[in-house]
Amino acid sequence: MRTERSNVLKVSDLHVQVQTKEGASTLVQDINFELEKGKVLGLVGESGSGKTVTSMSILQLLDRKTTTIEGSITLQGRELNGLDDKEIRGIRGKDIAFIMQNPMNSFTPVFTIGNQFVETIRSHTSLNKKQAKELAIEAMQNVNLPNPAKLLKSYPFQLSGGMLQRVMIAMAACLQPSVIIADEPTTALDVHNQLQVLRHLDKIRSEYGTSILLISHDLGVISEMADDVVVMQHGRIVETANVFELFDNPQHEYTKKLLNARLSIKHEEPITHML
Amino acid sequence: MSLLQVKAVSHSYNSHTFLKWKEPSKKVLTDISLSIDEGTCLGLLGTSGAGKSTLGKVILGLERPQQGQVLFQGHDIYTADKLTRQKIRRDLQVVFQDSYSAVNPRMTAESIIGEPLENYEKLTVAEQKRTVIELLERVGLSEKDLKKYPHQFSGGQLQRINIARAISLKPLLIVLDESVSSLDMVNQTLILELLSELKKDFGLSYLFITHDIKAAYSISDTLGVLEKGELIEHYNSKDQFFSSEHPVVKQMRSSILAGHPRFRSLPMRINKS
Repeated sequence: MRTERSNVLKVSDLHVQVQTKEGASTLVQDINFELEKGKVLGLVGESGSGKTVTSMSILQLLDRKTTTIEGSITLQGRELNGLDDKEIRGIRGKDIAFIMQNPMNSFTPVFTIGNQFVETIRSHTSLNKKQAKELAIEAMQNVNLPNPAKLLKSYPFQLSGGMLQRVMIAMAACLQPSVIIADEPTTALDVHNQLQVLRHLDKIRSEYGTSILLISHDLGVISEMADDVVVMQHGRIVETANVFELFDNPQHEYTKKLLNARLSIKHEEPITHML
Repeated sequence: MSLLQVKAVSHSYNSHTFLKWKEPSKKVLTDISLSIDEGTCLGLLGTSGAGKSTLGKVILGLERPQQGQVLFQGHDIYTADKLTRQKIRRDLQVVFQDSYSAVNPRMTAESIIGEPLENYEKLTVAEQKRTVIELLERVGLSEKDLKKYPHQFSGGQLQRINIARAISLKPLLIVLDESVSSLDMVNQTLILELLSELKKDFGLSYLFITHDIKAAYSISDTLGVLEKGELIEHYNSKDQFFSSEHPVVKQMRSSILAGHPRFRSLPMRINKS
């Protein structure tokens, strides 16, 4: 049974416009979705369909001088749209964590992993440096990172993409946020690391009851993780459905097109090993 | 004779830490031998850190290997005379993963694609412009895009420009280093189709470096698997990948996502229908 209270994040009538020299241009419009506790909502669409704009507007990361966000974004009943910088900063990273596509660009190269990890923890909690470090090490152990104490001393460029992405997941998970927005979390990773990362995300979800907004163009990832799926095209939602319905019985032409664009392998593995 | 031959290439990187020069060097490639025939595509699979890109760089002549040889049409690309090297540089092109950082943000599409033409062909301004337009059209863009800057293109479009630049000198071999990995599915399929067409039209050969098994499968004729710097498997037919019993290959195969919610591989996500 769906109750109003189980909705952790609710986006209604979201409308984002950007001011350009030629006038206002609409990036996304009429976006409505709800994210339930402990569930995974998949957001699919090709590049430029407004997936990232939607996620950025949830966190109010868009430039306020040039973009206008209309509509309502509520996190556990609290309106996020229009919050001032200080208030939203308390939410980013703590209540809503963000995992970005490119782990290499998401860390600053001039500070160590530990420095950035501890900074995130300390800006949201009253832990001292030592405690924060311990929490960081624990979080990194949870995502199977080898030798976390040493990793904390290394710089982002000394780690591989897969490892950095796991560090970012550890960072996102350590404060037990109610929502994780994962924007193409596995696109830059190889198949093995991809499965690992998905596994960790799912572990966080089941352990802390975190809701995940999973943004991806990869229908493989979506089919693996999502409970419900929102399909976006040209800044609008064209279809919202349960993941099984969407894959078995896509309604919209665009969804069918996306499903057809999947690359396939003739020699499919016998699926028994997956069951 | 094969177009490209890699003979027993080994390479290692020295890691330098501040004030500490004598760190043990890290072996990235060990005794790699492979060949690519004219008009064929070799897919090179491997997990991140396996040495795929290093091998790509070695083949492109950007990273001189410590041991072994790279022969292009029988010429060693590192010891050939200057003229031959110039010729090889023309016949050997590359398309990288990150389309945006592969172009100069202050150059227009016209000058990006025109740059290799300027260096190698003696064309008049009008001829060059016409060639650039032809190339743009060949990769599915149009004359309208001539004066646009990289930030005005999407990732998929920019990757098309990179491909146009790579084919502008009618090369023989293109190294595609994760060229479709950062694109969305629709664009990935379109770019793979474009690459297959170009391969057929110009008789091109590709070295297709990727971690995406499905993409490699769809474009390659032969497949190689790189693991920790060693070429552990080299198949003459890509289908052999699916019958291989090598543990690394088996693990790679089992990590392929089924692509349907009914066949999930994450234990906790199963039985949720």
